[in-house]
Amino acid sequence: MLDVRRIREDFPILSRTVHGKPLVYLDNAATTQKPRQVVAALAEFYERHNANVHRGVHTLSDEATALMDAARRKTAEFLHAPKPETVVFTRNTTESINLVAHSWGRKFVSAGDEILLTEMEHHSNLVPWQMLAKEKGARLRFIPVTEDGRLDLAAAPGLITAKTKLVAFTAASNALGTLNPVPGLIALAKSRGARTLVDAAQWTPHYPTDVASWDCDFLVFSAHKMMGPTGLGVLYAKEELLEAMDPFLGGGDMIERVSWEGFTPNVVPYKFEAGTPNIAAAAAFSAALDYLSRAGFAALHEHEAALTKRALEIFAEFPAATVYGPKEPGARGGIVSFNIEGVHPHDVGTAFDLEGVAVRAGHHCCQPLMGRLKVGGTARASFYLYNTMNEVEALGGALAKTAAFFKRPAGVK
Amino acid sequence: MEGDAELRNLYQEALLDYYQSGAHKGKISASDFYSHGINPVCGDELEITMKKGGDGNIAQIRYAGHGCVISQASSAIMAESLEGKSVQDALSLVSAFKDMMLSKAAPESLPEDLEAAKALEGVRRFPTRIKCATLAWNTVAQGLSARGKSEFKEGA
Repeated sequence: MLDVRRIREDFPILSRTVHGKPLVYLDNAATTQKPRQVVAALAEFYERHNANVHRGVHTLSDEATALMDAARRKTAEFLHAPKPETVVFTRNTTESINLVAHSWGRKFVSAGDEILLTEMEHHSNLVPWQMLAKEKGARLRFIPVTEDGRLDLAAAPGLITAKTKLVAFTAASNALGTLNPVPGLIALAKSRGARTLVDAAQWTPHYPTDVASWDCDFLVFSAHKMMGPTGLGVLYAKEELLEAMDPFLGGGDMIERVSWEGFTPNVVPYKFEAGTPNIAAAAAFSAALDYLSRAGFAALHEHEAALTKRALEIFAEFPAATVYGPKEPGARGGIVSFNIEGVHPHDVGTAFDLEGVAVRAGHHCCQPLMGRLKVGGTARASFYLYNTMNEVEALGGALAKTAAFFKRPAGVK
Repeated sequence: MEGDAELRNLYQEALLDYYQSGAHKGKISASDFYSHGINPVCGDELEITMKKGGDGNIAQIRYAGHGCVISQASSAIMAESLEGKSVQDALSLVSAFKDMMLSKAAPESLPEDLEAAKALEGVRRFPTRIKCATLAWNTVAQGLSARGKSEFKEGA
């Protein structure tokens, strides 16, 4: 079991107040808070080791390079990736997907080809493919979402054709909390010869990831959603694909040799990492991975499942609230996306904030999905290892208060 | 100010009344001006239609679309405040309203015609919500300036 009381001591931000109330931070699917250990790693980098990587022939540059290499090794271990070189550092999940669309897509996708996505993708796993499809004359297809917010798996096989070049899907929905059957989808794509990209932004913070057993071609996520700093994303890709892909951005570090006439690219993964990387963030991400590994995924999952179960009970007792996504607790992660009848999600967000409860409100960068669910948006509470049962009760309190405040007798003037 | 008082200060009774009343809600089919606004923060869309009177003034304004209390109430207040005004006067009222919302002017200095808009003053303390309040006003100003069909997008 997680020692949540002790964990919370590592997160000074959790003891602040908002509008005179204790902060109840339930916007973890947007970004998580950072423990002291991560903040200390950032400070230590700037106070002790700051230098550029791969260039200086001096001690600090060696140290900075070693920190970056260590972060890459640790990330590879975390993902069960075969080699550190299969880990490319980017700015965030969005940039990782854009990198694949640009460097792999522009080279390997042609007119008439198909890319299969799902109806629950974040805009970041939709718009880059729309851009590529427009440029290449390729076609996007979508695995539909059912009424209860799951992928319609029965429809999936019929959507993968001989023309399907890539199946790109989220492992866990940021808007609904749905957990998707990752290995099954990968196996289906592979059986038809399509490449696979797993958007693991909402997965890696909560569940073990094993790219070796999944055998996916690409997997992407962000450090900041798992206690790491902002500004660091990860692209895992199979080595042979990284070798075959064209470079992404041009500039320093991604080259082996440059002349007036041209350049030869550097080796993998540096060929995709032009310019000075976010070295401090990489060093701090190592600390975040250590923190996560000390907590342990089994205990983390048990804790989040208990919080989610209680939250769903509270919502179920509340007729004015609608919860989106799968009904069975096993089919969803620690995200509860909801609406209060007759109250706009942004009014819900503000009213909750005034109770100290931070939730996300809006379309969650999933506008087409919101259209599919026939809502303009939802409010969303999302949990992480430092949230407590009391905070779930505070969520329930804010829910009751908000519904009561906005529910006024009709026709009052 | 603590949470409870702040909630009542932001969502003043008058605002909730406007939201609930449905006054000025709808669409004028044979409109003289049409303007479409979008708030990219939430994706909410607003359609404003206007009809001119024989004197050239704005005779009728209607707003349509789904939105939060603040954007819907602000739309109703906008329609109520600008009806009967000349285009020029309407545009200067829009500027006066925006100056108040962006805290360039105090609510007390609002022109008499914008008395009702004082109910929105509490929104100024919520930077993320100011666009909800200004959307209708920016959208109508766009429509009036374009004298026809227009599109307005709040800066993200």
